[in-house]
Amino acid sequence: MAQKPKFIGRSVPRLEDRPLLTGKGRFAADISFPGQWTMRVVRSSVGHGRIKVIDTTAALAMPGVHAVWTFADVAHIPPIGFRLTGLKSLEPYRQRVLANDIVRYVGEPVAVVFADGQYAAEDAAEAVEIEIEQLGAIVNATQEPGIFAAGLNTEPDVIRKSFGDIDAAFRNAHAVIALELSVGRHTGVPMETRGAIARYDETRNVLEMHGAAKVPHWNRANLAQMLGLTHDAIHLYEGHVGGGFGIRGELYPEDVLVCAAALHFKKPIKWIEDRREHLIAANHSRQQTHHIRAAIDKDGHILGIDNKFFHDNGAYMRTHAATVPDLAAAMMPGPYRIPAYRTAGHIRLTNKTPCGTYRAPGRYESTFVRERLLDAIAAKVGVDKVEIRRRNLIDKSAMPYTLGLDTLGTHIVYDSGDYALLLDKTLKASGWDELQAELKARRAKGEKVGAGIAMFVEKSGLGPFDTVRVTVKPEGGIEVVTGVASIGQGVETVIAQICADTLGVDYSTIAVIHGQTDRIARGMGAFASRVTVMCGEATRLAATKLRAQALEAAAILMQTDAAHLDIVNGEVVRSGDSPGPSMTLSALAQQMPEGLSVEDTFESSQMVYPYGIHVAAVKDDIQTGAIAIERYLMAYDVGKAVNPKLVEGQIVGGLAQGLGGALFEEFLYDEHGEPLSVTFADYLMPTAHEVPPSTVLLTEDSPSPLNPLGLKGAGEGGTNPVGAVIASAIDDALQRPGAITQLPITPMRLKAIVKSA
Amino acid sequence: MTEKLDITLTINGRDHAIKVEPRRTLADAIREDCGQTGTHIGCEHGVCGACTVIVDGAPVRSCLMFAAQAEGKKIRTVEGLANDHDLHPMQQAFMDHHGLQCGFCTPGFLMLAVGVLEREPDISDEDLIDVLSSNLCRCTGYQNIIKAVRAAAQEMRK
Repeated sequence: MAQKPKFIGRSVPRLEDRPLLTGKGRFAADISFPGQWTMRVVRSSVGHGRIKVIDTTAALAMPGVHAVWTFADVAHIPPIGFRLTGLKSLEPYRQRVLANDIVRYVGEPVAVVFADGQYAAEDAAEAVEIEIEQLGAIVNATQEPGIFAAGLNTEPDVIRKSFGDIDAAFRNAHAVIALELSVGRHTGVPMETRGAIARYDETRNVLEMHGAAKVPHWNRANLAQMLGLTHDAIHLYEGHVGGGFGIRGELYPEDVLVCAAALHFKKPIKWIEDRREHLIAANHSRQQTHHIRAAIDKDGHILGIDNKFFHDNGAYMRTHAATVPDLAAAMMPGPYRIPAYRTAGHIRLTNKTPCGTYRAPGRYESTFVRERLLDAIAAKVGVDKVEIRRRNLIDKSAMPYTLGLDTLGTHIVYDSGDYALLLDKTLKASGWDELQAELKARRAKGEKVGAGIAMFVEKSGLGPFDTVRVTVKPEGGIEVVTGVASIGQGVETVIAQICADTLGVDYSTIAVIHGQTDRIARGMGAFASRVTVMCGEATRLAATKLRAQALEAAAILMQTDAAHLDIVNGEVVRSGDSPGPSMTLSALAQQMPEGLSVEDTFESSQMVYPYGIHVAAVKDDIQTGAIAIERYLMAYDVGKAVNPKLVEGQIVGGLAQGLGGALFEEFLYDEHGEPLSVTFADYLMPTAHEVPPSTVLLTEDSPSPLNPLGLKGAGEGGTNPVGAVIASAIDDALQRPGAITQLPITPMRLKAIVKSA
Repeated sequence: MTEKLDITLTINGRDHAIKVEPRRTLADAIREDCGQTGTHIGCEHGVCGACTVIVDGAPVRSCLMFAAQAEGKKIRTVEGLANDHDLHPMQQAFMDHHGLQCGFCTPGFLMLAVGVLEREPDISDEDLIDVLSSNLCRCTGYQNIIKAVRAAAQEMRK
């Protein structure tokens, strides 16, 4: 009998690669339609001000210019709504697609120009004259709140979460440790800037938007609502997407403007963002300041954590609403047993670019804070930082572990995990003990070298559902249509691998269609490390049913019992070693009048929780303030890796972004809200020089009990603890526990720390 | 707007007669006027390298060059790397080593690496990382790109 190949668990090559390697990708800027107009956004150059005059006369007189829109032209369009964690209290702070009378950040869209081609549109945008009366700017979220608008201050809400008796914990404490820690403002910055191309097809009465990403179905529903269209009168099309990271694909003002203009002018409208625009207009993230206190017993066991933090959300509440501070509050406890917990997350608005999620949102921040706290407890008690973590870990026997907090509409229940086992494996793989001895010897010779460790729990696989339709094409091949999206992470390959094993076909015969709202009625998209878990299980369910259907149909044609048949390499054959006739799935589909197709849905009200540990060894150059990373190891338990090479790719790529936020990337502003990081010369992203070689220890010790394959998401574990572990290692190199309190640790900041000693 | 120039760009051995403003960048001309959209634009200020093409044997940032300056020169873009179905060793190595995720920066990295290795086949490891650090990638963390280029360098020396 033919050997049945297995695809799940193998690092098979990606199905996505060939077009991307040969220049045949279809990214947003590659989409054009005959007769299209280019849209260019005129943005506020003032951080906070009142618009006095917008004079479009000169712009309109320029050759190739068709129209200029200001607020009056879009006053009928409501503000952009909330996709996640949309508290009612935040609604008055939503952004309009063009500013009305007040501008609140540099980069806020004030007007849009429509012209023939990019050059003409840019010339005309320069000619739009705008007079803005400058108002006082708020650039610091830790100051007392100011005025947002009449009757509204700049603190729309406070996220409060708690469990246990926090007062008792502090009353009974042997010691209390208090820290103030902050994370800088940075964000995803995908290599492809944003873009959107809309056209209205009058004959079909359909508005099309190309360049969609991440959450096409949600965006379609909301665009329809905002523009007064029925759902079937608007479709979104995702092409190739040049990186997502949380930021790309959310519904932004420019997407709405492009669609509204295509409807109004009945012309295709194309908008492609330039890099400067991207750095001041697309979502920022991360900026928080935490005041955390821990009550501990004499051995360093945590009795309670009390935290108050300020989340700088920039000028408006965008689609993510309270998501990032909510996650920071909910994921703070991490892998540790904490009997009592209380947190208050103050959402503050400032005159800076509005914020949303960025890979490991709320966790990059809270892991930095929690792991800094663990290091401080170790120093206080006088034990090493591995031992203090071990003393506080949640034991495997406590799984599933109900944390007692909610986030993203789910109760947090750690579904499975053996944190102590992963710690053992990590120490062994990193040679921790020998490393300590080696670093100690080098420090004795005057080198500033040290090691850090950070542990974390991630979340993934957010529901509530995903639907998949698997079809055997009569002309050959299998098609999987899903409502998820691809942002470059390898969705097509991984979903094909799951479908291939379940159905009994080669993965390369499977075409995975995603991000097309006209191909499937609903879909949740790609965020929260959800695709492999949710879409993967939906695919398995649909393919299982399809297989049963195919075998039943084939049994009749082949005059046998379905139980005696199998599907191998896309062919229905007699199972076991018995010889006999066979038929391909496509030949079978040709004989079935209804075709061979199954749609199924996986629903889940719980997230699944991967967990990991990073270890870093660094060398500080106290003369220049530079930090060299000598060793880096990332251990991550993802339950089951469908394609280990792609999982490792996610982890190593995530590390680079984590390092950016730890050492280099920061959106700085002056006191008027003038952004200082508006090019790649000021906003420094890691290059091949700065990202060190690293080791990935991928484990599958804790498959999720919540789906049969045991899957957990892998997208964010490479990023989550990087700030924390680098801080820990630098402290060690300086032999000054708690020296690092702020990210990013730029050369200037490190030199100041060294000098303050 | 200024008067347009008649120029001919030779891309992957094919002539494209186009009419462009003097200020039109080579990147825009390649993409918009010659329809070769494999070359991507990531920053338009010469930092990210997504728009890297090979002009007369040297990798250049096509966003920092005017189209008019490239007239009469041999331009190579990612579309010209593969020989029909056969991938260039650099493309194959990127696939084998998972050197790409979203693929947006990939054409720039491919042209950079091919351009450099054709001129300096025996480039040292240190210099190679120096060269590769002139382009930005936001997905891979670079390690697999470095592996891929090293593997392709060996293959190209054969």
